[in-house]
Amino acid sequence: MFLLAIDWFFIIEKLLLIAAIVTLSMVVAMYATYGERKVAAFIQDRIGPNRAGPFGLFQPLADGGKLFFKEEIIPLASSKFLFILGPMLAMITALLTSAVVPWGTALKVGEHVVPLQVADVNIGILYVFGVVSLGVYGIMLGGWASNNKFSLLAAIRGASQMVSYELAMGMALIAVLMLTGSLQMSTIVESQRGGALGGLASWNIFGGGQILGFLIFFICALAECNRTPFDLAEAENELNFGYHQEYSSMKLGFFLFAEYINMFISGVIMSTLYFGGYDIPFVNEAALATHIGQNWVAILTFLCLFAKALIFVFIFMWIRWTVPRFRFDQLMNLGWKRLIPLALLNMIITALVVLWLKK
Amino acid sequence: MDITQVLFWVLTVIAIGSALMVVTARNPVYSVLGLIVTFFAISGHYILMNAQFLAIVNIIVYAGAIMVLFLFVIMLMNLSKSTETLKNKWLQIVGAIAGGCLFLVLVAALKNTEVKKDLVEMGTGNIGLVKELGRELFTTFVIPFEIASVLFLSAMVGAVVIGKKE
Repeated sequence: MFLLAIDWFFIIEKLLLIAAIVTLSMVVAMYATYGERKVAAFIQDRIGPNRAGPFGLFQPLADGGKLFFKEEIIPLASSKFLFILGPMLAMITALLTSAVVPWGTALKVGEHVVPLQVADVNIGILYVFGVVSLGVYGIMLGGWASNNKFSLLAAIRGASQMVSYELAMGMALIAVLMLTGSLQMSTIVESQRGGALGGLASWNIFGGGQILGFLIFFICALAECNRTPFDLAEAENELNFGYHQEYSSMKLGFFLFAEYINMFISGVIMSTLYFGGYDIPFVNEAALATHIGQNWVAILTFLCLFAKALIFVFIFMWIRWTVPRFRFDQLMNLGWKRLIPLALLNMIITALVVLWLKK
Repeated sequence: MDITQVLFWVLTVIAIGSALMVVTARNPVYSVLGLIVTFFAISGHYILMNAQFLAIVNIIVYAGAIMVLFLFVIMLMNLSKSTETLKNKWLQIVGAIAGGCLFLVLVAALKNTEVKKDLVEMGTGNIGLVKELGRELFTTFVIPFEIASVLFLSAMVGAVVIGKKE
């Protein structure tokens, strides 16, 4: 009976959008593995993968095929359910984050206006934080259920690192929220559009003066994604292979894949929070829409956000192949004694400036 | 039956079922997981009452931070093989009686509240939205709020003092 009350167009629209975003994340993650190897090769003056297809473009497919057909080994003395749950959680939490991201201006299909955002919830950015804080469980459960002391150590390292850096990240974020006055992702983007200098002046990083805040956020994002120089959870010279040591086949693939999806999504989140989201610099979207139509503008804005996110993914890779790994006590010192006080300072200064300008 | 009511009952069954799992599971790690699922179900209830902020804070603080600490302790103490079996029969009986009393009190207290009328406030109530909550906290309840934050601060200072090396 109650099925009749459901707006079918709404459900189909959202399902299509979710499918598109999940596919996009997957494809980006797939080609990020290829990109990572090409970037590493470029930095180390090598050629990189070039055998499978033109320029080695089919390399990710070959890797995926290999992972699917490898033998699956589950340690006898471990909890089988938790062992399988670990990579599942890592993957699910990586994909869930994208639900609140505004990917572009609204599309227009016939009469309907389709916003390029799955859920424009009131608490958007907090939702991202909630999902990120759950990302710890994949690592912890996987590492513990492996029943291997190296995995356990790596899991505990990874979890304490993620919990510690979440604090500084949240404090850097508060400054952005004070500038915007809203937790809603679409409002955060809207407040950064238009303005002087082709729109650059209203971006939170320039107009809001959040350069310090962005740097803190960026460092914390590196730590949250377990990327070098903070990849203590998989430090191979100390812990063999870290928390996914006992994993084989596609379960290992899920862990590695989740890392690349996290990289892409954190790039998207950073662009949304600090770099104007889908706002195209030096272009007035509303004026452009009258020339080429609303749908083309939506596609262009999406491509703009995509490009911004990919730049961040590239910077992540660049850092990985340039900067050596931290020691664990250095990592904790940086997080608790440097980043948190700096983030607090940034927060107070921003608060004072906002208060002063509003009077 | 409305779809929100169906959701309400599904969430309720999940919450009670996983809460029972917390108590009955042999392996303490499963108990922690059960508690996390309970938190999720309760957050779902908050969302049904349009208290999105409470829902997400419940997940960030409880499921995301406190339960991680629980897992830390359990994993490091290696309680995995259910070594701790409760042998003392008297302790079990006393526990059952105490829990039963608490249950009775809760049922008696909540019996006459008007839960039946507004199980669900989808998109209507706004007490749980961040704006209303912030306004209430900083106007009506500002003194309890500040006292609570002083309490947190002193707890943090205490933790630092205890954790500091000699």
